[in-house]
Amino acid sequence: MVRDVSFGQYFPGKSPMHRLDPRGKLIMFIAFIVIIFCTFNYVSLGITAAFTVLFLVLSQISPKFYFKSLKVIIFIVIFTSLLNLFYGSGEPLWQWGILRITVNGINRAVFVTVRIVCLILAGSCLTFTTSPTELTDAIERLMKPLKVIRFPVHEIAMMMSLALRFVPTLLEETDKIMAAQKARGADMESGNLFKRVKALIPILIPLFVSAFRRAYDVATAMECRCYRGGAGRTRMKQIHLSARDVAAFIVTALTIGGVIVCNIFLKRVL
Amino acid sequence: MSFISIENVSFSYDEENPAASKAVDGVSMEIEAGEFVAVIGHNGCGKSTLAKHLNAMLLPDSGRVVVDGDDTAEEEKTFDIREKVGLVLQNPDNQLVASIVEEDVAFGPENLGVPPEEIRQRVDEALKAVDMYDYREHAPYKLSGGQKQRVAIAGILAIRPQCIVLDEPTAMLDPSGREEVISTLLKLNRERKMTVVLITHYMDEAVLADRVVVMDSGKVLTQGTPEEVFAQVELLKKHRLDVPQSAELIYRLRGCGLQIDKIPLTQDDCVALLEEAIK
Amino acid sequence: MSCVLELKNLSFVYGKGTPFEKKAVDNVSLKIEKGEFIGVIGHTGSGKSTLMQMLNGLIRPSSGQVLLDGNDIWAQPKKIRDVRFRVGMVFQYPEYQLFEETVYKDISFGPQNQGKEGEALDKAVRDAADFTGLKPSLLEKSPFDLSGGEKRRAAIAGVIAMDPEVLVLDEPTAGLDPMGREVLLSQIVRYHKERQNTVLLVTHTMEDIARVADRIIVMNKGRPEMFAPTKEIFSRGDELEAFGLRVPQITAIMRQLRDKGIDVPEGVLSVDEAFAALVPLLQKEGKLW
Repeated sequence: MVRDVSFGQYFPGKSPMHRLDPRGKLIMFIAFIVIIFCTFNYVSLGITAAFTVLFLVLSQISPKFYFKSLKVIIFIVIFTSLLNLFYGSGEPLWQWGILRITVNGINRAVFVTVRIVCLILAGSCLTFTTSPTELTDAIERLMKPLKVIRFPVHEIAMMMSLALRFVPTLLEETDKIMAAQKARGADMESGNLFKRVKALIPILIPLFVSAFRRAYDVATAMECRCYRGGAGRTRMKQIHLSARDVAAFIVTALTIGGVIVCNIFLKRVL
Repeated sequence: MSFISIENVSFSYDEENPAASKAVDGVSMEIEAGEFVAVIGHNGCGKSTLAKHLNAMLLPDSGRVVVDGDDTAEEEKTFDIREKVGLVLQNPDNQLVASIVEEDVAFGPENLGVPPEEIRQRVDEALKAVDMYDYREHAPYKLSGGQKQRVAIAGILAIRPQCIVLDEPTAMLDPSGREEVISTLLKLNRERKMTVVLITHYMDEAVLADRVVVMDSGKVLTQGTPEEVFAQVELLKKHRLDVPQSAELIYRLRGCGLQIDKIPLTQDDCVALLEEAIK
Repeated sequence: MSCVLELKNLSFVYGKGTPFEKKAVDNVSLKIEKGEFIGVIGHTGSGKSTLMQMLNGLIRPSSGQVLLDGNDIWAQPKKIRDVRFRVGMVFQYPEYQLFEETVYKDISFGPQNQGKEGEALDKAVRDAADFTGLKPSLLEKSPFDLSGGEKRRAAIAGVIAMDPEVLVLDEPTAGLDPMGREVLLSQIVRYHKERQNTVLLVTHTMEDIARVADRIIVMNKGRPEMFAPTKEIFSRGDELEAFGLRVPQITAIMRQLRDKGIDVPEGVLSVDEAFAALVPLLQKEGKLW
């Protein structure tokens, strides 16, 4: 069932990661994405991996859920690492037909695997410890300067938070509609590509119809609750920087520094 | 003066030909502060349309609705009115806008610009009032229907309205969910003197109200205390509305000459009446 | 009578091997005869929906068998689609499955998948529409232009049109007003009478099920705790209450009178029956004309 994914879920808690300012977490995550693709030797890769593990531990969330979110992308990881493994350049260590393994290939496979895994883990860590409202709140505040050029910051943030809220609901609905159409003999498992795409129509149309109906209902409900745009709104959960955030920034800065230093002084393996 | 007064209100969704298809047709009604009013009738009888008039979601084509002295048609009063009269809708899923229960309940007061500490206080209080405080950090989609609907009610309570209007809040719930919602409403009405307007098509819910209004084809068919309304078994049957089985039984026995004045609405009343007649 | 559906030690476990493991259906064995009208009751989460979805192979059992006319429906997993035509399933709020341009085309979806065409298809669609009380003039309309009640009936017609031997309906009257409920229920009863098919009706409305079902299955915690004729089920009100269910108001009233020593029958299911039982008693007392 589609609902069984843990990626993107939020687990309420009071861990050090939960208490970080969501704006800080978001900036750190973006910095992390940049830095992980700037690792060119094993020391810097090790530093970023250690950095990831540190935050996973600080999130105090059972490793079980991190494994679950990795499970979703396991095929992508295997596929891309195999691709990299067999298509490296340089002297072959082993060859069989068109398949050949080189030192460069092994390095690339290791790097791509570690990078994707770290990325997913860090992303999960962010969503596990930050509620969607906090996250969109953070985005809204970070993008505030864009208001000057009339960018609809509040509206975009509100749309994102509603979308996140309704993902599980719509997934559940998809399950139900699929079951109902299967009960009427809809065949979704056989036939060529054209047939399979056609078989999606009985699912997509009811899904769209229901999404529009929901959107209308949600708009009504929001109006009933005195919603009138972003002006004059307050927030129950205040976000502000604390010593904890400063510490997290320092750790991030040290990691970035470490990776840069490694890149300057150590030999690139890629 | 009553808290809400509906004065000869008509409304049509058909803008080109409003006279032909009136959803609400010349309805007048008073709702007193602290009252529990049930509005019953078939789908399409205009009861939901009427509900949306009470908090200025819809404005009458003719006639007027006055809430606590303010005409709903006055644009600058719209949000004052929505702060006084909260509306809960049928589908609980589509009313919850945040991914965490307490953040959802906070949505209303946040829109009103209430200071953060006070929002926290209001949210906790509202969640306790509907007995969902222990679920404050849960994700709404994992709750049962009755729980979701109680969170939706908390979301309205956090706005601190004087009156809560519910548009078929139990139609999509199972029996235990219905019971949870109805007992929550009774508690709010009895203990907090909250004015409750319950739109429903379940007669066993209407029986619990102080006053029942029966609507048909956009008009008020009859209204009065539950005893008065459900005594009109013939009228209700003619319009194919449900009558409690106890009322129907006694009504039919009366038709055969049984001397009972009171029409019983509950099981116990009915048993007591029959016991007396037979012994 | 012959047995149309037989369940043998049927179980289903959600999330097997994970910490969220839950037995939704627990070792169920029972037999349903051809042409019976079966009511299925039980509070939310009692496993009744899971059980129903196993009858037409939408959910594959963790263990045990579903026998349709004596054959295991999972004997040839590739042919499971044929089972779905023979055991028709109407889900809760079925109107959410409508997708075609016209009501006619939507009702045709099932029978067409079945391989029906030409006149046979046309007859299947029109008969189904008739059973659910859809006027022929509505067939050429878009399903999205219908009223709520009509949409519901169009969706049910879409399943009836496959002419299944067993029809399973999961709360077909949920969300309808009393009149809509009454009309739909009487259409289902008419369908059952005329086609002589087996019908399984899942519901929360005890007043309805008491009037129409031959036998009732009471589900609790994945187990069919009771499976007996309707009268018998409702004369065991105390047991039902233990499962979080209640009896119709009229049944409870008559039971209370009986407990007080008044001579009325057990398991009264309708106002008509109660009326018939009380009139002679009141006449004896001289309270009636």
